[in-house]
Amino acid sequence: MQELLQYLFSGVTSGAIYAVIALGFTMLYNATELINFAQGELVMLGALTLVSLWAGLQLPLPAAFVLAVAAVCGVGLLLELLALRNVRKPHPILLVLITVGASIFLRGVAMVIWGKDAHGVPPFSDHPPLEVGGATLLPQSLWILGIVLLIVLSLQFFYKRTLTGKAMQATAINRRGAWLLGIPAERMVLLAFAISAAMGAVGGVIIAPITMCSYDMGTLLGLKGFCAAMLGGLGSSWGAVLGGLLLGVLEALGVGFISSSLKDAIAFLLLLLILYVRPSGIFGSGAVHRF
Amino acid sequence: MKLLNPSRLLHATFALAILLTGTVLSNPYDLQLLTFIGIYTLLALGLNMLMGYAGQISLGHAAFYGLGAYTSGVLTVHWGWSPWAALPAALALTALVAFLVGLPTLKLSGYYLGMGTLGFGIIVHVLFREWSSLTGGASGMVGIPPLEAGGIVLSGGRGYFFLVWLVVMGAFVACERIVGSRVGRALRAIHDGEHAAAAMGVDTSRLKVSVFVLSAVFAALAGFLYAHLVSFVSPESFGFMVSIKVVAMVVIGGMATIWGALLGASLLTLLPEWLHVFSDYEMIIYGLILMVVMIFLPRGLTRGLLDIYERAKRSSGTSSASSES
Amino acid sequence: MRGMGRALMKMTMTGLLIAGLCIPAVAAEEAYKVGGIFSVTGPASFLGDPEKRSLEMVVDAINEAGGIDGRPVEAVIYDSEGDPGKARLAVGKLISKDRVLAVIGPSRTPTTLAVIPLAEQGQVPLVSCAAGIQITQPVKPWVFKTAQSDVLAVAAIYDYMKKHGVKKVGILTVSNAFGESGKEQLVSQASSFGIEVVQEESFGAKDTDMTPQLTKIRKAEPDAVICWGTNPGPAVVAKNMKQMSMDIPLYQSHGVASPKFVELAGEAAEGIRLPTGKILVAEQLPEDDPQRAVLLDYIKNYEARTSMTVSGFGGYAYDAMHLLAKAMEGSGGDRQKIRDALEAIQGHVGVSGVFNFSPEEHNGLGPEAFVMVEIRDGKWKLLTD
Repeated sequence: MQELLQYLFSGVTSGAIYAVIALGFTMLYNATELINFAQGELVMLGALTLVSLWAGLQLPLPAAFVLAVAAVCGVGLLLELLALRNVRKPHPILLVLITVGASIFLRGVAMVIWGKDAHGVPPFSDHPPLEVGGATLLPQSLWILGIVLLIVLSLQFFYKRTLTGKAMQATAINRRGAWLLGIPAERMVLLAFAISAAMGAVGGVIIAPITMCSYDMGTLLGLKGFCAAMLGGLGSSWGAVLGGLLLGVLEALGVGFISSSLKDAIAFLLLLLILYVRPSGIFGSGAVHRF
Repeated sequence: MKLLNPSRLLHATFALAILLTGTVLSNPYDLQLLTFIGIYTLLALGLNMLMGYAGQISLGHAAFYGLGAYTSGVLTVHWGWSPWAALPAALALTALVAFLVGLPTLKLSGYYLGMGTLGFGIIVHVLFREWSSLTGGASGMVGIPPLEAGGIVLSGGRGYFFLVWLVVMGAFVACERIVGSRVGRALRAIHDGEHAAAAMGVDTSRLKVSVFVLSAVFAALAGFLYAHLVSFVSPESFGFMVSIKVVAMVVIGGMATIWGALLGASLLTLLPEWLHVFSDYEMIIYGLILMVVMIFLPRGLTRGLLDIYERAKRSSGTSSASSES
Repeated sequence: MRGMGRALMKMTMTGLLIAGLCIPAVAAEEAYKVGGIFSVTGPASFLGDPEKRSLEMVVDAINEAGGIDGRPVEAVIYDSEGDPGKARLAVGKLISKDRVLAVIGPSRTPTTLAVIPLAEQGQVPLVSCAAGIQITQPVKPWVFKTAQSDVLAVAAIYDYMKKHGVKKVGILTVSNAFGESGKEQLVSQASSFGIEVVQEESFGAKDTDMTPQLTKIRKAEPDAVICWGTNPGPAVVAKNMKQMSMDIPLYQSHGVASPKFVELAGEAAEGIRLPTGKILVAEQLPEDDPQRAVLLDYIKNYEARTSMTVSGFGGYAYDAMHLLAKAMEGSGGDRQKIRDALEAIQGHVGVSGVFNFSPEEHNGLGPEAFVMVEIRDGKWKLLTD
């Protein structure tokens, strides 16, 4: 029983990480129907920037947090402005490949700036691990979950209660229609990129203390985060969170009860399952195609 | 629409070029490099049929490459088969896997198809890495025997060069035949508009799966050639980044042009060689190239440069009534 | 005819590419060329980067002292990126185009295995910096290695454990070649030291949480845990164990024998024991230890030159170059003579250990190449019992 609880806790820990990344994917997809393969790299940049600002330059945590998020936000904006906006015929394959190219590019830049080694940062608060029923949970995991919850609630508020949020939803549903109504569609897309990049950055910052930050941490995390987003349903914020948590728990249970060697395969097996059986995911609202 | 004479002339010139290169070049390194280009061209050709002509996307093609290599490796190393006997087995197994995976996956479209193939690719990679009793695990499999033809052992160098490029030429001819046939036209119909094609009576799902299987078989063939050239396989050579590399070759070279596969494969194999002094910056440059080509020359370098050439000809007043093709 | 023009363009482009290959390498007739192939970038860059720098450092030092037999030494170094295919191409280039007299590297076992056939066909001495035992066992005439084998590392741990009454261990290994090789050794050698492996688990190189695996291990009630991997995974394992209040001792592999590990694991590093080359505890060695002087010298020069802290990995390339330099003296650039001279070297005091080569032994290191250390106060403490 104690083992099961520990598996659940570890699942929640990794799950929270996946949830935060999944949110970034979902958010951008919601606004632009685009999957940004470089999302994992944005998370990585957030984490490494925090390392430089907080551990390196010794800035106070809140300042480092905000600056890191702002910096990565900027990167996301540049990606949209320079790379994606100028594509004349936005075929999905093309867009996928451009974001893949961007992810490789960003990884290369990170390698040059931060080197090939891993870096660590201390956790946000100095509490010892929490013990519940013989299983332990890191307080940082609670920070992550808390901030994720905050993000989801803010997103809901943004979409449902603010004019800009509604305008963004309109742009996603029908860009031309929204534009005809006077909504600055291009600026909406830019805003969507900014927000999803910011979310990626926040993700990177809050997971930095429990992961080891290196230039290549983004690839697998990004892919698994995407699986989590698909699991929960690509259009839904709550789906992203629950998909992430579910994925984390299933991975931990898989390691615990089956074998540790298949851990990486679990996420992608689930992805294939969802794609074949229910592409809209658990909480999604009907299959959405890009073609 | 087949212009016989230019096409035959092209093939003959190409064959001649290969013959010349193979005999003139004596440096084993140059020969080996070109042999690798040949293997990658084979990979790119297969994927090109799927992506360029049938308009589908596969982000996990390294899995088929690896299946061909590992199957042949396992059969020859663990069970002592002759490589030539292992070849059809490797191709058949890969074709079967491709068929089974293709059936459900190709019903998806757009991003979902890409992610499905990506997921499949990673699962196979994990299999290569973790099934150590069969595949040697992460440390890889050594001692894969070289190929023999008529008593001569082909272990890299000139013999292998000719073998690989012979296979590539055969693949070129096969692809051109397919493209020019009814099947090819049906494929392009699917590419341009799947529903319209279906409405015209094209059996879209059967065709898509067939092309998928064909591209997988090409990849497996490339894997077979790789395994017996290097005599060693390990999971790193068949990971996610390799799948992306093959896609990049197809896309940069030019989708839906057979020669584009050759160009893409050559470029992406030679680029690291040219850039080796900048090895720390190689990733940055690679990512930049991918992005830049996709943004400005989305039809790949072949078509893109030709478009520029044709546009220049037009604007300089020559009466070349060129429209798209 | 448009088809012709188009096709002709394509052919020209490809032809140009091929022509671009045939730019001959500029050869400096005078210098002795030594090739290096390391994983300078990629997942094993913590190996390849210091190896490259160490090689360059030694070559510069040799040249400053007048070269070998009066001729300068030139190092031609390529990056394998940890990829066997690339390593193969690069070694092919070193042998055929750059015409090096010997090749140092690669850094990893899979890449080494991929290039061994080239060294044998080309009859070029290969001095690998990788740990895998299968590189030099069975012995291949042209293949040597300077890195200590994982066989010795495991033996060092088990030997220490046996002396301290450890009977049952749980092992946690990373799922790459290094971890797999370690697991093989850990499992096969356990019984000869009277030790039982009660649980085997693995983790991915980029995994961020190993508590499920540790939970399974804890359930099997071992006396100690052995973690076999390279940074950053083992640091996460150390932290997880502390988080779970697992107070049985944790042993690590020599893969984490670098200051980076202590930095990453923080407080959780305290009390961890591992086998390492003597380089990490050079100052604690007794005065009469033959390696002490060589180690202190290497540390001083490396840190002065690169302003980076030293780790044992760069030492593999350092030793390889010194060994080769010895073998190259009087050889006149003949690869066969170099190989023969290399094989005859005895009692060479290097950073990784004292080397004694022979026709049957191409790694040349014995158990004294490893010492057990414990991390105390963030520093390496030599364990002398």
